[in-house]
Amino acid sequence: MEVEIYFEISMKSLIEVLKEGKILVSDGAWGTFLQSKGLQPGECPELWNITHKDDVLDIAKNYIDAGADIILTNSFGGNPIKLKHYGLEEKAFELNYAAASISREAAGNNHYVLGSIGPTGVLLMMGEITEDELYENFAIQSNALKEGGVDAILIETMSDIDEARVAIKAAKETTGLSVICTFTFEKTLLGQYKTMMGITPTEMALAIRDAGADIIGTNCGNGFEQMIEIVREMRTVDKGTPILVHANAGKPVYKDGITIFPETPEYMASKVQLLIDSGANIIGGCCGTTPSHISALANIVRNIK
Amino acid sequence: MEELLNKITYCIERGKVNLSAPYPPDLRGQEGADELTLKALDLGLQPNDILNACNEGMKRIGDKFSRNEVFVPELLMAAKAMQAVMNHLKPYFQKGIVEKKGKFIIGTVAGDLHDIGKNLVSMVVEGNGYDVIDLGVDVKTAKFLEVIKQNPNSVVGLSALLTTTMQNMAKTVSEIKSNFPNVKVIVGGAPLTEEAAEKMGADAYGPNPQSAVDFLESLRVN
Repeated sequence: MEVEIYFEISMKSLIEVLKEGKILVSDGAWGTFLQSKGLQPGECPELWNITHKDDVLDIAKNYIDAGADIILTNSFGGNPIKLKHYGLEEKAFELNYAAASISREAAGNNHYVLGSIGPTGVLLMMGEITEDELYENFAIQSNALKEGGVDAILIETMSDIDEARVAIKAAKETTGLSVICTFTFEKTLLGQYKTMMGITPTEMALAIRDAGADIIGTNCGNGFEQMIEIVREMRTVDKGTPILVHANAGKPVYKDGITIFPETPEYMASKVQLLIDSGANIIGGCCGTTPSHISALANIVRNIK
Repeated sequence: MEELLNKITYCIERGKVNLSAPYPPDLRGQEGADELTLKALDLGLQPNDILNACNEGMKRIGDKFSRNEVFVPELLMAAKAMQAVMNHLKPYFQKGIVEKKGKFIIGTVAGDLHDIGKNLVSMVVEGNGYDVIDLGVDVKTAKFLEVIKQNPNSVVGLSALLTTTMQNMAKTVSEIKSNFPNVKVIVGGAPLTEEAAEKMGADAYGPNPQSAVDFLESLRVN
């Protein structure tokens, strides 16, 4: 409660700022950044919020320094269902709380923090889990992120409307915060954008807005160009709901034992205006983007404002 | 008889599990793979012919998936219908009346916890008549080597979803190849490409589940 009152006085809410027509810059990739700091394959990234707090804080600070108005939290896989694989499901509150407080510390009181929540990987339609169980798990994570100080909840990389709907409901009811939900689309052979569950951007936009998301959007994917097309599609059915885009730096190329993302900061920056024109309100990066990418995006957006 | 087998094929392709299954909506109230298989066995149809009918259904839906005409839900429902048939055919497998086409070892590589793609491949390959050994997610290279050693005539499938775990996949491929030069390896997953698979030293790249089946079939022919 204390945190909330403090921010009401010091900072306009995310939604208010977007309503004023402002374009905001979000952050870039966390996973690859953690790896460059030594996260090993098979290690739980969220555990680093406790064991390597300074490294995680450094990533958050890097994105703030790069010019991001918004940063995420290192909690993408912090759902108890995912943590279970590492035997860490009992630590769900602690790890998500820590993720939120680290990003809050880096963001201070003049930048926004979005609590990142990823999909569980468990499918409702196959009866692998009940809606109630799913709700409970999303509620635990959302609550911990709120307690740790996030401004809004970001449910990202979703592909299944049923799971997203449960996650949005759990996040809204548990935290009372604004909820953002983004889906990941791929271009099919027939040239349409669909999630792996077969959902189109227009189907997603309508269903997710109706499920109560305050901001909708798309993340990951195969580069900036495609994000522009996806946003255009969403805008054909929804003119008003703010749209967030976290774009990958292109489709990864595997070369000489390492994974390379082809899109440079300059390339991404050159496409920002088009993305804004297509209807995006918050722009940031996903896999393969670095503080340099965010800095390049921020430079362009700042000049537009 | 032929008609009954065709019906089974259709139920697999459409993901019609049984009479009470609400999916797909246009087949509501009709018998599914479950009832039709029992009927076929009662009528004395050969388990092998029933299995072939299923394989045809799986192949059809797998091909549709490859062409992006259907997506994960449709494929999962087909696999579920296939499972209903397999439950009835199990005794015949155990008695050796029906034989599997070969063994396929599959797992998601170290550091990667994603199993939806891997499960789809697993189900489609199994649905096409292969024995599948599913090692789960976050599978260390040593585990693959151990299981290959126990099952020397297998083909191996590696899955990865994260862009960050492609390196682990490459390491696993190279370890398998240096220990078992004759074992064939197919790789797949969202961040993969034909080119990446080739650079890793894999024998094949599977952009979709059906391509794993096609690869296995091509090895049988050779």
